[in-house]
Amino acid sequence: MESPLLIFNDKGIYCPPADIYIDAWRPVKKCIISHGHSDHARYGHEYYLTHPRNEPIIKHRLGKINVETVEWGEKFKINGVTFSLHPAGHVIGSSQIRVEYKGEVWVFTGDYKLQNDGVCAPWEPIQCHSLITECTFGLPAFNWRPQHEVMTDINQWWKENQKEGKTSVIFGYTLGKAQRILKHLDPSIGKIHTHGAIENMTTVLRDLCEFPETNLITRETKKEELLGNIVIAPPSAHGSPWIRKMVPYETAAASGWMAFRGARRRRAMDRGFVLSDHCNWHELLTAINEFGAEKIICTHGYTDIFSKYLRSIGLDARTEKTQYEGETLETEKEAV
Amino acid sequence: MKRFAALIKRLDTTNKTNVKVNALAEYFKEVSDQDKVWTIALLSHRRPSRPINTTLLREYAAELARIELWLFEDSYHIVGDLAETIALVIPQTEKKEDEKSLTQYLEDMIWLKKQDEKVKKSYLQNEWKHLPYYERFVFTKLLTGGFRIGVSQKLMTRALAKATEIDEDILAYKLMGNWKPQTISFKELVLDEKASDYLSKPYPFYLAYALEEEPSDLGSPEEWYAEHKWDGIRAQLIKRNDEIFLWTRGEELVTDRYPEFQKIKDLIPNGTVFDGELLPMINDSIGSFYDLQKRIGRRTVSKSLLEKIPVILRTYDLLEFEEKDLRETAFAERRKKLSNIVNEIAHPTLGISEIITFKKWDDLKEIREEAREVKSEGLMLKRRDASYKIGRKKGDWWKWKLDPMSIDAVLTYAMRGHGRRSNLFTDYTFALWSENEHGERELVTFAKAYSGLTDKEFKAVDKFIKANTVERFGPVRSVVPELVFEIGFEAIAKSTRHKSGVATRFPRIIRWRKDKKIEEANSLEDLKELIQ
Repeated sequence: MESPLLIFNDKGIYCPPADIYIDAWRPVKKCIISHGHSDHARYGHEYYLTHPRNEPIIKHRLGKINVETVEWGEKFKINGVTFSLHPAGHVIGSSQIRVEYKGEVWVFTGDYKLQNDGVCAPWEPIQCHSLITECTFGLPAFNWRPQHEVMTDINQWWKENQKEGKTSVIFGYTLGKAQRILKHLDPSIGKIHTHGAIENMTTVLRDLCEFPETNLITRETKKEELLGNIVIAPPSAHGSPWIRKMVPYETAAASGWMAFRGARRRRAMDRGFVLSDHCNWHELLTAINEFGAEKIICTHGYTDIFSKYLRSIGLDARTEKTQYEGETLETEKEAV
Repeated sequence: MKRFAALIKRLDTTNKTNVKVNALAEYFKEVSDQDKVWTIALLSHRRPSRPINTTLLREYAAELARIELWLFEDSYHIVGDLAETIALVIPQTEKKEDEKSLTQYLEDMIWLKKQDEKVKKSYLQNEWKHLPYYERFVFTKLLTGGFRIGVSQKLMTRALAKATEIDEDILAYKLMGNWKPQTISFKELVLDEKASDYLSKPYPFYLAYALEEEPSDLGSPEEWYAEHKWDGIRAQLIKRNDEIFLWTRGEELVTDRYPEFQKIKDLIPNGTVFDGELLPMINDSIGSFYDLQKRIGRRTVSKSLLEKIPVILRTYDLLEFEEKDLRETAFAERRKKLSNIVNEIAHPTLGISEIITFKKWDDLKEIREEAREVKSEGLMLKRRDASYKIGRKKGDWWKWKLDPMSIDAVLTYAMRGHGRRSNLFTDYTFALWSENEHGERELVTFAKAYSGLTDKEFKAVDKFIKANTVERFGPVRSVVPELVFEIGFEAIAKSTRHKSGVATRFPRIIRWRKDKKIEEANSLEDLKELIQ
């Protein structure tokens, strides 16, 4: 029997006929990168191939690397294997990867969501035979509300804190969540301040998308300047000495995990806003239906439960171990 | 209901006591009197009994969410809370038109209990469909049990005091006892001043803090009394108007569960309240807490059990005598009266906790070391001239417990925690070495524990568990035996219910023994040697 078009080895997802990896977790020669989060775009590959909008992001994160880019929908061939990238709707520059060989089509979703967040190009379905999908939130307990409702809540929360003379500190990933929040904050309420890591990444992205004005918090920033305003910070800043400058403050996390009361309390957040850059249960099912795949491989998230469910509705689904993390509440992702 | 759900949400999203008190006080000022009564009832463990069992609840919820039961169960194991899981998996499909009050919902629940399954199902599914997410969660919580939002009865009482400007201690007294939210009005419960209602009412218990310094820091030994700290259930025995009432510290009226006290009813004068410890007697000496547990849950007691494990009250305080509240008199005086009346009654069901005489603090230390031999957990120190206070107060009463017994055990199974810990494996099962019939050493489960580690340690153990899972049994995982923990416990007794043959009391993790290999963990024989 011939080897499958994409296989999982100890370095990453590998395409044998093209001799190229996708989102490898160990250094390899050639690698296609779905998006800029550090569990997908790692150090040490000799050659990176990605979407032009992701190029400045991975250069910012990984320094001097050898990158080539290709537009969405543009087909290119390696050793007779046809590849193309398609928008994944996860964060700016995030792609799904379509691989076609001898009439057989595979799609690797990377991380993705169906809701249009107004910041990155929205997800597009691609017909395929085999699908490799994430399922970070592959449980029926996850249901996202429309983004505008959540953002209304966040702006409302900011106003309430302002009324009490407090600084609002909201935590979200440096790449993706931070800009998504920023894009939809209401600057008429007050000033928007940023943590250094977020300011740097946002500066990189300002060429790609319009965002409200931000003010970097430096050593010289006075406490009084922050009162009543909002601060966007990475999760790792929670509980660090850096945050003391914001006293008195209220904290909030924006994450899919905030759907669980326990998760918010464990992180000792005052508020939790359920806002995720991943598919929820129904989005995963909608997407899988539109992909029309016969074979489904679930990578990270609630893989066991989700694949069991897919089998129960008659699909050929299994799981594969990867080193992708999806959305975590922890801070590892921020290390880069 | 909207207002009550908003209150719960507010209470759930803060860890600050002041914010909670203020939120509750504000709520009490705003809502109807009936809703106030029900809220007090809910926050003082007086919810109506479950109208439906959780098995049916899960079935109805899964059906409405259009998912199979296994998927619902798997989701529940991850979410860690049944009501929250139900609220999450059911999407709100229809807009609600009329708004029902909290009181109406609770009255619904009392009504629902008597309905058949068909009615129950259609009622629940209809409510779930119409309520928005957070109200759906709160509504389901009302059906399933405790809120775990960090609101104690004391905190609720403080908020009510703030809202009504009635003294907090008086309120605590008013809210005790056997009132029913269905039949009492807010005016009767809280606002009215009536003496006749207080027939069954116990006094709020005075609770001691653990002594952390040396007892010699408490001053001169002449100012103090010492007694043993008995390991039973704290209780008040009340005789008023020719009736007796037995209350436990959890403010539960348990008179019917301990019929032995009816025998001494006529011997106790009216207007008497004892404070003491319920203890099981086995062959005329004190049994273990494990023996008492066989009585605790039983609402009706068989004759044979009553003969096998009779329960007594070992008294240590007298709170009311000749219908007079004695709490403000000195402890020494109350003790004197207590000893007179107990001697006069002279019945084995009513004992007395002897005062331990000591001249120097060092004498007391020796007595404490031997506490286990008389089945006590250590000592209580009480100031001779102290009044009987309300709740946990520092200064006049101290518990000076023995250090726990401990043993090194191996982590063998783990389960996800609940609530705050629902995405970490924090509930552990521990095992000790034992020799099986073939002469091989094997690990035998002996206790479960889920407290004692720091958040950081829990995280590290969680990581180990996820990476070293051997098998999964629903929510439980067996793990590679590799980690050793020191497990502490208060008492130990033989047990026929446990595979190990031993039951431990209050097992908890004392420390992670990173320095020990599993071969160095203790054996079941080591543990059994601790049984006295």
